[in-house]
Amino acid sequence: MKRVYVNEEWCLGCHLCEFNCAFANSGLSDMVLALKGKPIYPRIHVEEGDKIAYAVSCRHCEDPMCVKSCIAGAITKEDGVVRIDSNKCVGCYTCILVCPYGALAPGESGAMQKCELCLQNSCGEPACAKGCPNNAIVYEDRSPKNTVIDDAANPACF
Amino acid sequence: MEQYVIIGNGVATVGCIEGIRSVDKESPITVVSGENHKVYGRPLISYYLEGKTDLEKMKYRPDDFYDKNGVTLLLGKKATAVDAKAGTVTLDDGAKLPYTKLCVATGSSPFVPPFENLESVKDKYSFMTLDDSLALEKALFPEAKVLIVGAGLIGLKCAEGILDRVASVTICDLADRVLSSILDTECAALMQRHLEKNGMTFLLGDSVARFETNKAFMKSGKEVDFDVLVLAVGVRANIGLVRDAGGETDRGIVVDEDMSTTLPGIYAAGDCAQGPDLSIGAKRVLAILPNAYMQGHTAGVNMAGGEATLKNAIPMNSIGFFGLHAMTAGSYEGDLYEEKTEDSIKRLFTKDDVLKGYILIGRNERAGIYTSMIREKTPISSVNFDVLRKAATTAGFSKQTRKDKFSVPV
Repeated sequence: MKRVYVNEEWCLGCHLCEFNCAFANSGLSDMVLALKGKPIYPRIHVEEGDKIAYAVSCRHCEDPMCVKSCIAGAITKEDGVVRIDSNKCVGCYTCILVCPYGALAPGESGAMQKCELCLQNSCGEPACAKGCPNNAIVYEDRSPKNTVIDDAANPACF
Repeated sequence: MEQYVIIGNGVATVGCIEGIRSVDKESPITVVSGENHKVYGRPLISYYLEGKTDLEKMKYRPDDFYDKNGVTLLLGKKATAVDAKAGTVTLDDGAKLPYTKLCVATGSSPFVPPFENLESVKDKYSFMTLDDSLALEKALFPEAKVLIVGAGLIGLKCAEGILDRVASVTICDLADRVLSSILDTECAALMQRHLEKNGMTFLLGDSVARFETNKAFMKSGKEVDFDVLVLAVGVRANIGLVRDAGGETDRGIVVDEDMSTTLPGIYAAGDCAQGPDLSIGAKRVLAILPNAYMQGHTAGVNMAGGEATLKNAIPMNSIGFFGLHAMTAGSYEGDLYEEKTEDSIKRLFTKDDVLKGYILIGRNERAGIYTSMIREKTPISSVNFDVLRKAATTAGFSKQTRKDKFSVPV
């Protein structure tokens, strides 16, 4: 399964991923119209610490706590992708309580939002990775049977 | 070929079905349910009254869930006895269901203390099930004065759900604060102010001495007139079936990490079960929805011959009222780190180099990072706690931990 991964040593902390995410999920075709002068509700956020920055979005866990914990049955995992039905969500925040990655947050309507890999919006592939100017966010398959991660062979990874 | 029977049809049962089917795709499953509904999100019954969801959206699984999973659903049937030796469950219509593996997921029932002259009150309701919610809805009218006995999670969510549909809601509780099972005095006071600002009235540290049709005479001497009474004092785990069959019970049905009871072939999960609680290192009833699912799933995997344990269950709650959310987890012991503003409180409790618990009101962003530290017993000495205590951020974890979390599939 392809997933979004981050290479924190390459992240500039520019937050462009947050804007690209909000735009891709806005349903609008003009970025300025979609974002200018408005609060944005991206499904990815840049974590910033002591001289480090990296973007965090849903890990689409093998065993997702959010799916097991949602009181409305609004979060499901199908074909490896964890999705939320915002129509069913009542905004109880239990998913925020349990996600170890801090990958869910309320959207404009109050219903929770999360990364769904842009598979169902106009971008078609994760807009965060597509637009990352320094390849600090990548969309690739790192499951053990497909790829062996070797730091020496792959300096882009941490 | 196994013959699975599950008693109860809540979230623990869904977990159990999905747990069984992750191992055994073939053997038949029968679910017995006293309620006449397919599974719904039980905590949504207050959101239903509030108009934030409806009967369709409340469905916890799609309508074809049972068919797709090869489940025979017996709705409106109550299990009256379990014979552990014979391997049968007796139903209220006299039928006997044979099983090879049984999961008891009977949940809990409202506990009603013996109030004097309660029988004189005509319009009185519990608030545990969808049918309770639908019955209460019928009793509501715009001029109605409602008295809710119990300022816990159930009573307060009920109050929020009906507040806009009635003239007034008064909540009384013997405890001196709201949400006494999860909030300390100061945190409860913050939440109470918010609830009062939004229109609720409280009588705390007070209880009903006696009822007289539409009036409650309080121990304090106060009198409360009401049209509708909701009793939300507390709940009791439904342990009778296992207790009467000879299994070990305490406040709940006693289970191990694999959700097995002391009776062979019989498992228990959800609000009726008393399993290991990592936060106190002892067994406790953890009547919360995530736990119900995880216990059910664990039971299901083991019933089907797989191997699963639930080792890191802790108490944890997320409850919001009128936009102010309170999150709590773990136990409140050890050293306190605190941040406060007029409308928020953050309390982190640390002891023996681990985060033991927290209370977060009004500031809940990414709280799951703290929850994971409690569940995983992350050594404080391995993280930058100066950063982490100010904000829940994975940036406070070590480089290796970040790499484990973000550069490989999890």
